[in-house]
Amino acid sequence: MPVLTERKTQPQYDVIVVGSGAGGGMAAMILALNGVKVLMIEAGRNYEPVKETPMFNTPEMAPLRGAATPDRYFGFYDATVNGGWQVPGEPYTNKQGTEGDFWWWRARMLGGRTNHWGRISLRFGEFDFKPKSRDGLGVDWPMNYADMAPWYDRVEQLIGVYGENDGIANAPNSSPGVLMPPPKPRVGELLAKKAGKKLGVPVVAAHRAVLSQPMDWKNLPKILFPNNPKAQEILGKDMMSRAACFWATNCIRGCSIRANFQSTTVLLPPALATGNLDIITDAMVREVVLDDSGKATGVHYIDKVTRRDAIAKARVVILAASTCETSRILLNSKSSDKAGLANSSGQVGRNLMDSVGTRLGAHIPAMEDLPPMNEDGAGGLHTYVPWWLVNKHAKLGFARGYHIEMGGGRQMPEVKSFGFLDATSPGVYGRKLKEDARRYYGAQFGFSGRGEMLPNKDCYSELDPNVVDQWGIPVLRFHWKWSDHEIKQAEHMQQTFAALIEGMGGKAKPLSGADAIQRPGEIIHEVGTARMGEKAAESVTNQYCQTWDVKNLFLMDGAVLPSNPDKNPTLTILALAWRSSEWLMEEMKRGNL
Amino acid sequence: MSESSPISRRHALKGLLSGAAGAAAVPALAAPNHTELAPPAHPSRFVFHDPDFMQPLKFPWEKLLSAEELATTRALADLILPKDETSPAASEVGVLEFINEWVSADYPAHQEDREVIRGGLGWLNTESFKRFSKRFEELEVGQQSQIADDICDAAKARPEHRTGAAFFKRFRQLCVGGYYSHSQTWKSLGYVGNISVGGPYPGVLPEVIEKLGLQDVV
Repeated sequence: MPVLTERKTQPQYDVIVVGSGAGGGMAAMILALNGVKVLMIEAGRNYEPVKETPMFNTPEMAPLRGAATPDRYFGFYDATVNGGWQVPGEPYTNKQGTEGDFWWWRARMLGGRTNHWGRISLRFGEFDFKPKSRDGLGVDWPMNYADMAPWYDRVEQLIGVYGENDGIANAPNSSPGVLMPPPKPRVGELLAKKAGKKLGVPVVAAHRAVLSQPMDWKNLPKILFPNNPKAQEILGKDMMSRAACFWATNCIRGCSIRANFQSTTVLLPPALATGNLDIITDAMVREVVLDDSGKATGVHYIDKVTRRDAIAKARVVILAASTCETSRILLNSKSSDKAGLANSSGQVGRNLMDSVGTRLGAHIPAMEDLPPMNEDGAGGLHTYVPWWLVNKHAKLGFARGYHIEMGGGRQMPEVKSFGFLDATSPGVYGRKLKEDARRYYGAQFGFSGRGEMLPNKDCYSELDPNVVDQWGIPVLRFHWKWSDHEIKQAEHMQQTFAALIEGMGGKAKPLSGADAIQRPGEIIHEVGTARMGEKAAESVTNQYCQTWDVKNLFLMDGAVLPSNPDKNPTLTILALAWRSSEWLMEEMKRGNL
Repeated sequence: MSESSPISRRHALKGLLSGAAGAAAVPALAAPNHTELAPPAHPSRFVFHDPDFMQPLKFPWEKLLSAEELATTRALADLILPKDETSPAASEVGVLEFINEWVSADYPAHQEDREVIRGGLGWLNTESFKRFSKRFEELEVGQQSQIADDICDAAKARPEHRTGAAFFKRFRQLCVGGYYSHSQTWKSLGYVGNISVGGPYPGVLPEVIEKLGLQDVV
């Protein structure tokens, strides 16, 4: 991939995009396909998935057989580069009095966290955009589902998403022909479906950004870019060269055949093919630079390789550095009121939200001793449970809902896959131990919930007054407190998982909500900290991600989400970035930027 | 909102630089209730932060078990997972090397395992010396089993065997983990993935659907 690493940049660009993940990648691609000159600045190193992905590597090829360590929390083959819960030399802190330390997952690589994610791609629904109107809590979005639906269609067609339309309330259907067919369920998923049927818990096809068949490269580019022959040509070639999933290896490693969505495999190659995009990597943006009138003129960054400060200039600046990093840049930028840039509302850093997460697994005797089958499948779940009690909130005792993810069965054996032998086979060694391992391997199955938390005044990030990172940039300090809504929701998840496990014939040991809820930040769905809204007094941006205070400054990542529905944010970040980039170009044409 | 003055920043930076030789100097700077110390910056490409998959991957730390300790490890690992008709013995698929890596890794959980495994191997040799005047690896399989039978089930072990039983439990976990994480054991185990399959995903075998009564949910 022709990435600029020689540090040669043009003196002036139309747009600077900070960050290369879902939001930054999408913005850069849409702008570049339309002839806008873009400079992308990425804090991590260049990363080339086609060359670097350890697709079929087996555990014995890795140190410690690939087992998870504090430095590689999701296992050695996780695609994350120079990151994880800690980035070397770039600390963060938690404020005294926080009720739970926030864990912040970062990746320092081109494509950011899109190289690592679960590819679960669920649309927010009509209720999700108007939560306050429905239950009086949190805030409404400045747009509704009907405004967003066409952009969801476009994103799903561009990146390729498998799934089915189920007609479930608040789990929107895609337009006909948009989704790819989902892969058939695995045996554990079918057992869960059968158990769910009795309980009224609907197990349906998951929606994931994985190609279950080759892309329709002849027609999709014309549908997506109707009046843009150059974009059609570039996209056509690129879609043709993406292979369909070959049902092997876990998506978390990344995908060298480009069957799943990563910014580095889907957005950046066509963007670079236009010739309108320059990328510099290993460049850490410190702040947005303004002129005397308060207009953004560019960004100040630190070249990590040479440790030199530099400034890049453009007519428009887009921050898409990831939710917390974007608000960190705002807080570190100079503004007239010293409150941080674009912060006249005081909302920058506020309203930090993650997903509510809990999990529960068990041994399922019905899955013992089955004939070997390939259960790698699409490298992630084939089925899930959308929130099915959306109209039952009066009885539940907590606001908002969750969806259920599931997995297990005959996954690639790892160092920690055989903990079940402690329970199934105490005292056993020798040939009998091997018989037991064969019998019980593949009979483990589990569920995890991803639920919506409410924004609250106690969950926020701010600059730590005492700590800087190795680049001299003040770091973030977090503060967190769950509300009863989240704890009760976690409890409900555990009870549901237990009922599903019992229905599958297993024995479940559900935990209390307080014990089951995972750490703040651990689900890696952190959003908020610079929310969009109807009014400048209560929000940081308008519905097109444009900051109220600085007209040529846009925020195109999870920072702008006013709420955090249970549906995992990436698909929505992509849709918002596309929609906002089109609006940005119209504003440029109108002479407003 | 921002209390970050240039002065405090300079102070912090000074502290950071003086602490650059080791992470140990950083706590003085960190805010109370710090999540976890940031690991020190590694001068070269550190395999656990940024593995280079285009080169052979190297274990980055010194391996600590001695030849004698490895000989005992081999004997016990092959007693726990011996060769059979369809699968190799533990020592044939690198379990000894794996356990040596595991107990040598520079992470707190691994340091705890190092104490358990090292102490346990010592305990095993002393026990075998008391009973048979030999090291464990020098015993006949029947003699090795006599000792193993006394320590293989922590819940049933006699008080004088508790150290051995705690060791055996952890050793068996590592042994099994190291064994089945080697691809040469997968066929015998019944893992048939990690190969590319053309066309649509095949789904569950019809005989399994029938056996489990899943026809109504397919």
